Amino acid sequence: MKLTLKVWRQKNGSTPGELKTYPADHVSPDMSFLEMLDEVNQALIMQGEDPIAFDHDCREGICGMCSLMINGVAHGPKEAITTCQLHMRSFKDGETITIEPWRAKPFPIIKDLVVDRESFDRIIQAGGFISASTGSAPDGNAIPVAKPDADKSMDAAACIGCGACAAACPNGSAMLFTAAKVAHLGHLPQGQAERHQRVVNMVATQDAEGFGNCTNIGECAAVCPKEISLDTIAMLNRDLVIAALKGIEPVVK
Amino acid sequence: MSKPKQETKTRTGTRTMEFVASLDSKQPSGPIEQRWDKHRFEMKLVNPANRRRYTVIVVGSGLAGGAAAATLGEQGYNVKCFCYQDSPRRAHSIAAQGGINAAKNYRNDGDSIYRLFYDTVKGGDFRARESNVYRLAQVSVNIIDQCVAQGVPFAREYGGYLDNRSFGGAQVSRTFYARGQTGQQLLLGAYQALERQIAAGSVKMFSRTEMLDLVVVDGRARGIITRDMVTGKIERHVADAVVLATGGYGNVFYLSTNAKGCNTTAIWRAHRKGAFFGNPCFTQIHPTCIPVTGDHQSKLTLMSESLRNDGRIWVPKKKGDSRPASQIPEGERDYYLEERYPSFGNLVPRDVASRNAKHVCDQGRGVGSSGLGVYLDFADSIKRLGKPKIVERYGNLFDMYAQITGEDPYETPMRIYPAIHYTMGGLWVDYNLMSTIPGLFVAGEANFSDHGANRLGASALMQGLADGYFVLPYTIANFLAQIKPGGLDTSDAAFAQAEAEVAGRTQKLLKLKGEHTVDSFHRELGKIMWDECGMARNEAGLRKALKRIPELRSEFWENVRVPGEGGELNQELEKAGRVADFLELGELMCMDALTRAESCGGHFREESQTEDGEALRDDENCAFVSAWAFTGNLSKPELHKEPLEFEYVKPSQRSYK
Repeated sequence: MKLTLKVWRQKNGSTPGELKTYPADHVSPDMSFLEMLDEVNQALIMQGEDPIAFDHDCREGICGMCSLMINGVAHGPKEAITTCQLHMRSFKDGETITIEPWRAKPFPIIKDLVVDRESFDRIIQAGGFISASTGSAPDGNAIPVAKPDADKSMDAAACIGCGACAAACPNGSAMLFTAAKVAHLGHLPQGQAERHQRVVNMVATQDAEGFGNCTNIGECAAVCPKEISLDTIAMLNRDLVIAALKGIEPVVK
Repeated sequence: MSKPKQETKTRTGTRTMEFVASLDSKQPSGPIEQRWDKHRFEMKLVNPANRRRYTVIVVGSGLAGGAAAATLGEQGYNVKCFCYQDSPRRAHSIAAQGGINAAKNYRNDGDSIYRLFYDTVKGGDFRARESNVYRLAQVSVNIIDQCVAQGVPFAREYGGYLDNRSFGGAQVSRTFYARGQTGQQLLLGAYQALERQIAAGSVKMFSRTEMLDLVVVDGRARGIITRDMVTGKIERHVADAVVLATGGYGNVFYLSTNAKGCNTTAIWRAHRKGAFFGNPCFTQIHPTCIPVTGDHQSKLTLMSESLRNDGRIWVPKKKGDSRPASQIPEGERDYYLEERYPSFGNLVPRDVASRNAKHVCDQGRGVGSSGLGVYLDFADSIKRLGKPKIVERYGNLFDMYAQITGEDPYETPMRIYPAIHYTMGGLWVDYNLMSTIPGLFVAGEANFSDHGANRLGASALMQGLADGYFVLPYTIANFLAQIKPGGLDTSDAAFAQAEAEVAGRTQKLLKLKGEHTVDSFHRELGKIMWDECGMARNEAGLRKALKRIPELRSEFWENVRVPGEGGELNQELEKAGRVADFLELGELMCMDALTRAESCGGHFREESQTEDGEALRDDENCAFVSAWAFTGNLSKPELHKEPLEFEYVKPSQRSYK
């Protein structure tokens, strides 16, 4: 296959970037999208040019590191997979592919297609955990969890923190990411003690980081490689209302 | 027991302590059931009010590192944690699929701590230290409790209690799991505990930061040199103890199931500073991976071992039979595992399944365009159980396979081939998980302990969390209690020297501007390692590799091309530094494989096999841990041996016939 790539190149966060065009002439349909970029980079290096910087690690769809906007769609045209799981047989010979980084104010560009997602870590720091210091746990079977609750918790816990939701959202909202954690912990008996303080703190931090508000557009769930449901956002909003009724204020460090 | 020649003395405060690098495993004596309890009581403690005065560096944020950093933070130590990814949540522990073993005996099916201990020593082909393995089995039960309390959504039964499955041929159901994402969920538990400590101020996190050297002062590990991968800044960090939890080195083979960033640099740099390397040649090859499709291949994808429960493995009986699987009649198929191992069949351990796949492919009977593949066929199971049952059991794996290969495994058999998956070798540590450099602790896959020559399925997650949550917090305290905190800052000459070495190396790589990319050298090294030090090894091949690797290393240092500059995000520079270290480690692995003239676990020396081609151990001459010391000459490391004694599990020949 022969393809034309339009790739966002930006030297660093303080320099303006632009789309540059590169040919990709030796593409096999068996290649993954990132392997295609590897080949382009090998050629760029041999031509004395700077290779395209992009984030990736596990290359099997679980670490959440890869993050490309492909033809305007986060993680590309296939549903429920990450960029690293996308294969070139999903494209046509002769096609032009536009590749851009995640774009959201709290994800500043570091270089080319690499962005800084530490804002997600700070949302977790605000309350995305159960305070259970090592050694304080009772026997595992002392806390029964109804199977439907465990399953719902696991559905939400599948979030890989890639940021596609915020990048796809016209408002730049991180609501699906935050809600996934709220639902993961909120569906479990272990998560009840901190449930309402957690949601208040995480939402306050999300706002402080500069993520936009959720207006139920649903782009986030449409691009989510782990198919996190919009139901998690409904659960977050419900918990938020209860927290407000209880008069719980955010405690943000 | 052999000891290295140099002895170092250091003055800490008013006490003079003698640190002797030695292979004393420091195993407690007495009945094995009581050793850890006895040791815990005898170890020294640090007063809670004094803990914040001690700084501990933790490199790596996976199960072992993340758990250790979080726990040490909870206890009040001042912790600095480092990872190369953009967030600690991305460490490669996240990719583990199957599950985590624990001797809970919730199934009432005969499991016990002793049985898990026994299975692990035997599964490791009698090349692990009994005391360590027993402790691992003991704390396995605490791990499950801790993870449940953190909110890990383990699979449940309808009554609300924890579900288990049997895994990797074990005769009891002791594996806890969270769908096919157990590693992810356990890592998120540790990550969340870590983020809680970061918020509390007890842990300072440095992501996108790579450790490039260890700083040793007066014989003790006192800090690290790092590179900020965004700004390129080289930085110095001082501490009272350093933990390396940086994972395995399977990427020395270029193609492996490891994440692309997994590397040996942290442990290799520590090795060069005096930490002995234990059993470097012990690597695990996983039998069920998706075969390579071409030269563009950048990594290999594992398909869960559980597939072998219902899939039948076969190849055509005829050499070079290129007919599609559906057109090969039953009588012309060779179900070689069922044939050769009637009692275990397709469920033989990983090393046996892998070697047999290689064997039939070497005979020219492999399938797929490369000829390096065997069929894993579900047709019989679909007929017997119905497609819905197969979808329920393996649906996500079948989807993943279809996504990668473009083939429908419900219609045509899967093609699988073995791939490098895990390294049992790593830095040598004593019972306290301390290396031969005092103050340098090593945890998880980065150390050599617990798995011997072959790791059992669902035991890697167990070891990582055991080390991080339940072993290091005690043994590090014991070490810190015997030294005074601080007393050194980064202006010390040792820091300046280490930083200058790192900066010099970086500059040298950038200045070469050679003719070949970093990846091309890495691929070539990987091919040498796979051909000569992979699934089967022999003296001639290893000698060939030992000649070729140093040549390749010199070519690298003369002719590698690293574009860009040091003061920016430069992914080629990061890779170049890692490949440079792999080029040194590869040689040591081959040397270790050559020295160990027996077959055991994942290490198969063709010269040492039974009449019917099975691995043959040599307990008389090879019941030892090899611990290699760096001498300054990469081709002449010094071998020390820690003898292994088996008081409880008497060595026997593994048989799966």
